Amino acid sequence: MAVPLSYYLILSGFVFLTGVVGVLIRRNIIVILLSVELMLNATNINFVAFSEYFHNVAGQVFVFFALTVAAAEVAVGLAIIIALHRAHSSIYIDDLNLLKR
Amino acid sequence: MDHIFFFYFAAVIAATSLLVVALRNPVYSALSLLIMFFHVAGLYVTLHAEFLAAVQIVVYAGAILVLYLFVVMLLSIKSEERYHSQLPVAGLLGVMLCTEVILLFIQSRTGAAAPAAADPIAGPGNTEMIGEALYSTYLFPFEVASLILLVAMIGAIILAKKDINEPVQ
Repeated sequence: MAVPLSYYLILSGFVFLTGVVGVLIRRNIIVILLSVELMLNATNINFVAFSEYFHNVAGQVFVFFALTVAAAEVAVGLAIIIALHRAHSSIYIDDLNLLKR
Repeated sequence: MDHIFFFYFAAVIAATSLLVVALRNPVYSALSLLIMFFHVAGLYVTLHAEFLAAVQIVVYAGAILVLYLFVVMLLSIKSEERYHSQLPVAGLLGVMLCTEVILLFIQSRTGAAAPAAADPIAGPGNTEMIGEALYSTYLFPFEVASLILLVAMIGAIILAKKDINEPVQ
């Protein structure tokens, strides 16, 4: 007997919400980017589950594109973090309040 | 049998995703994300997406996470001693979103039943099907994806360069 589709949706909803809370409560920019990865993986689980249940390979192709965008996001995001660390010698978002001053 | 595998993968994915957010040391966060990526790949195998499972391990666990660990080691970050000051607001928002999702799922149970998964079709394998769709229907998005990667590569090099205006001696 196959696993119902709703189980996958609940799992991916849980992982996505964990990522949202992680973006909101963490101060370290690297962990915030890791939480964004969590959210991307939650959507990927959804895509693959729907692709299996509707017998449409388009969902898996979209996961492929999401992966490409995730790789690009990581490369640019980590470069920004390195540039920030060089300029402020800190990667905690509390210390980055230049526009507030 | 499917249920056993699903619940094992789902439990590990849920637990490690919580650990990613909760652990104070970014290295531990990244390592628990690594465990999560492997179990997501296992979930893909149970969903008959073998090609994506391989890509998940090679690209996510092999490339993206190593890049994260590399930056964590490069910057030699100490573990943070406290969470962000907006923790109460974030907790409230998380609880509200969570109850909303649970309510939506409870309501959808009474609606139309989800389509039952048919038996896997005997035909070309998973990789052949993805390749055929990728290089025919989705050829233009595929080319755009290569452009995105090129832009990301140039952007990363320019951003991480020491000083772009400094003349090379």
